[in-house]
Amino acid sequence: MSEFDQMYREVILDHYKSPRHHGSLDPCDAQAEGQNPLCGDEVVISLRFAADGDTIADIGFSGRGCAISQAATSMLTELVIGKSATEVAQLPKETLLDEIGIPLTPARLKCALLGLGVLKVALHRAKGTPLPKEWAGLDDLGLR
Amino acid sequence: MTVTPQRILDVEAVRADFPFLEEFVDGRPFAFLDSAASAQKPRQVIDGLADFYRHSYANVHRGVYALADRATAGYEDAREKVRAFLNAASEREIIFTRGTTEGINLVAYAWGLDNLGPGDVVVATDLDHHSNFVPWQYIAGRSGATFATIPVDDAGDLVLEELDRIAGLGRIKVVAAGWVSNALGTVNPVELLVAWAKEHGAISVIDAAQAAPHRAIDVQALGCDFLALSAHKLCGPTSVGALYGRAELLERMSPFQLGGHMIRQVRHDRTTWGELPAKFEAGTASIVEAVGFGLAIDYLQDIGLDAIEAHEHALVEYALERLPEVPGITLYGPPASRRAGVVAFNLGDIHPHDVAQVLGFEGVCIRAGHHCTQPLLRRLDLAATNRASFYLYTTRAEIDRLVDGLHLVSGKLG
Repeated sequence: MSEFDQMYREVILDHYKSPRHHGSLDPCDAQAEGQNPLCGDEVVISLRFAADGDTIADIGFSGRGCAISQAATSMLTELVIGKSATEVAQLPKETLLDEIGIPLTPARLKCALLGLGVLKVALHRAKGTPLPKEWAGLDDLGLR
Repeated sequence: MTVTPQRILDVEAVRADFPFLEEFVDGRPFAFLDSAASAQKPRQVIDGLADFYRHSYANVHRGVYALADRATAGYEDAREKVRAFLNAASEREIIFTRGTTEGINLVAYAWGLDNLGPGDVVVATDLDHHSNFVPWQYIAGRSGATFATIPVDDAGDLVLEELDRIAGLGRIKVVAAGWVSNALGTVNPVELLVAWAKEHGAISVIDAAQAAPHRAIDVQALGCDFLALSAHKLCGPTSVGALYGRAELLERMSPFQLGGHMIRQVRHDRTTWGELPAKFEAGTASIVEAVGFGLAIDYLQDIGLDAIEAHEHALVEYALERLPEVPGITLYGPPASRRAGVVAFNLGDIHPHDVAQVLGFEGVCIRAGHHCTQPLLRRLDLAATNRASFYLYTTRAEIDRLVDGLHLVSGKLG
């Protein structure tokens, strides 16, 4: 398989060209945005909880980014619907990376994980769940 | 490398000096079009670093044995080479730094914090790299001064008509600007900006990171107060650069970093500062890297900065002629006549990361992203661009590979 086909797998291209849950929810129960400082890409995530106030009932994402970041965030939305805030806040990045299933260099890893980080920031704001450690202490998250 | 009397660059002879071209991907050497980020190194520099470590290495300035003498001589010879490269009046005006960023921070902190206050205006430009934009924005904020920027038009040129409006904001104290834009290649009218600074009694600070590799610089003719450059962009090592500063200003300035080597006397009640340039070189310097910086200058001067500039100009003209062949491409920046060896573009809706990734699979090395110029990209309403940049070892055939690669990207992701 060529390097292109390994990275831009069919499923990646499918999510990139037809992203799931694309858009923003209004009104929403939690929202956050974040940038990848390496490339300036942006992701905005909004979500609504179910009647129990904890289960993620619906989610939307928007922003500008590469195929990897857009596809990864699209796949993430499918992964987290129906899960509880606590569960998602603790979701190991490996779970998402397994789902994406492509070899990623350190630079592209940041693209793939941007959406997950932003989602955890949104949950942190709404529910006080822990932030991923690489997001802790940033002064542009509007947390203080 | 042999130099013809007309000083025309012999690109094949140049390429024979660069070992990175012996690295192959799919049977071809890399088409390295990312020299604006960092230039590749010729064997004259690579071997020179190893030779210096083997034969002449010790800490500088204080040892009294032969190795230390050799190291000190090598380090100070390199300073003389930088002085001559910039045509500064004295070696006292050449401070070795870690690079352009440190040079600009040195001026911003050491001059800015003592000399700026409310009512003062610090002027940068919307074309600037974050290394010029952010230190001045920060130091202006810390000192209560106003931070203003010269805007840029859609073509990527500074809007000089705005200078009068900016002058109305208060006392202009600093005019800090990049000479050549790393993102678009725009060659700024720095002579005019330096003259404008003088007219207002402001200091002028020139970020020459993208200019020094590509054109001859004469700081006395330019008349600037400070000028910063990095070695790694001009075929030298990383972690070393130089700041030129007019002696009269450097003498009156507070130090920047404090510690060994920059002192005259240390007492419990008071410490006094060393002579120039030691006053601004605290701690052990990047000794061998500075020597490598000198070797890189030797290398470029052997070829001739005029020959390098002409070579790159021809490449930019060629790239601007060929790239529009690619369907869906949008080019940014000024015409070739006002542009250094940089071409920025986008390919339809395909994100630059993906463009650069697919080109990377083909061995074509370009950069994708915001290029440390977020204010500029926001002004142009772009999240990111692709950037190809050229240097003395770049060939037209490599630009052809870029064009072929872009057709391939369009086919796969368009």
